Amino acid sequence: MSVKQGLMALLAEGPMYGAQLRAEFEQRTGGTWPLNVGQVYTTLARLERDGLVEATGEADAEGRISYRLTPAGASEVTTWWRTPVDRDSTPRNELTIKLALAVTVPGVDVQAVAQTQRTSTLRHLHDLTRLKQQVMARQRDAEQAGEGSRPGDGEVNNDLAWLLVLENLIFTAEAEVRWLDHVETRLHRESLRPFPRRASAGAADAAGAGRTAYPPERDTETEATGARR
Amino acid sequence: MTTPSLLLENVSRVHGTGETAVHALDGVTLEVMPGELVAVMGPSGSGKSTLLNLAGGLDRATSGRVVIEGDDLTAMDAKGIARLRRRRVGFVFQDYNLIPSLTAAENVALPLELDGERVGQARRHARQALELMGLRELSDRFPDQMSGGQQQRVAIARALVGTRRLVLADEPTGALDSHTGEDVLRVLRERCDAGVAGLLVTHEARHAAWADRVVFLRDGVVVDTTGRASSAEDLLDATGANR
Repeated sequence: MSVKQGLMALLAEGPMYGAQLRAEFEQRTGGTWPLNVGQVYTTLARLERDGLVEATGEADAEGRISYRLTPAGASEVTTWWRTPVDRDSTPRNELTIKLALAVTVPGVDVQAVAQTQRTSTLRHLHDLTRLKQQVMARQRDAEQAGEGSRPGDGEVNNDLAWLLVLENLIFTAEAEVRWLDHVETRLHRESLRPFPRRASAGAADAAGAGRTAYPPERDTETEATGARR
Repeated sequence: MTTPSLLLENVSRVHGTGETAVHALDGVTLEVMPGELVAVMGPSGSGKSTLLNLAGGLDRATSGRVVIEGDDLTAMDAKGIARLRRRRVGFVFQDYNLIPSLTAAENVALPLELDGERVGQARRHARQALELMGLRELSDRFPDQMSGGQQQRVAIARALVGTRRLVLADEPTGALDSHTGEDVLRVLRERCDAGVAGLLVTHEARHAAWADRVVFLRDGVVVDTTGRASSAEDLLDATGANR
């Protein structure tokens, strides 16, 4: 996540000082990506150096300096909204790596690894869903009380922002569960093959020649289905 | 101690005998308490529907016990099971199963009328059930005058009309879009929060997440189950806010 872009997007609404930026950022993303204030000021300093933001004036009585976007900064924010997120910056996925290694390293119960992960991801999904229920109930209460803000009326709808973040986390977790379901089925099918596939040459060399991901001496049927009975 | 709304004790269902016997369900134990919504997940052919049919008395277990609110179905005759089903168990299916020639209120009142309740009283109960689902204004509409989401909410009202406190739902959101499906789950969740017990078969993790627990089936065996609800602290951890 680019802190730089996030702060600039907030400054497009109007001048703010560091602590205010941090509070706004966290409030709108439900505290999912906490920022420390040092990070905010370092980013502001870098943006100022690059001519994207500028101080609105001197420090106030409490020593706070307010920042605003320069025209170059405003143009960069517009570009950010219009440009898709760069997938190359996606961090390495530990789970994918773990399962890829699990099928190549001998003696690992891959089914158990996948199952343990799926249970954990489902719990996570359940917790996220409960949070979502709470936000939706709050929105309904506000609507019933006549306090609901209409979309587009300029009022910042923090609950809506939080809901979008939560739903992103929910869909991501759901995708992981679906992928793990797929992994389990794939492993199950592989275990039923009459001649279990050997690990790739490189992995087999590293693990010891002749060893396979599914050692043939093992009862693979029982391994796949019976181990967790 | 509270009596479970539904209890399956070491339940097996075997089709055929000898070498060709198929174990649709193999020694499953499961408990659903009042106020609890339990989701059942698993790949096709894992025994989800068999479990639901046994829980609702639509099928007989080969061994083990199926107990609804303290009454053992395995010790009852077909007539007794049918009576229990009419009074205590509601079903919700993917394709709603509403009768097209009856209004929403008439559909909901039907199980009560079949059970011998007077028409006027049955309709009153039906309107109450519809009101609980936020559907009072749709009472006089026919199924084809309602959206899929509304029809499914009518089906849930029908499942829970009168004294019924156990709802068995088989992929109730299968035919609905993401938002409408969620509305249906929300009302089901609300009814469970108000004390109803629910068993929800689904293959969608996002929908199973509305339940208090998720039970996984594979080849007729419970292979895993997620625990009961988390604390508030865990909820915040779920988003990373506490990290």
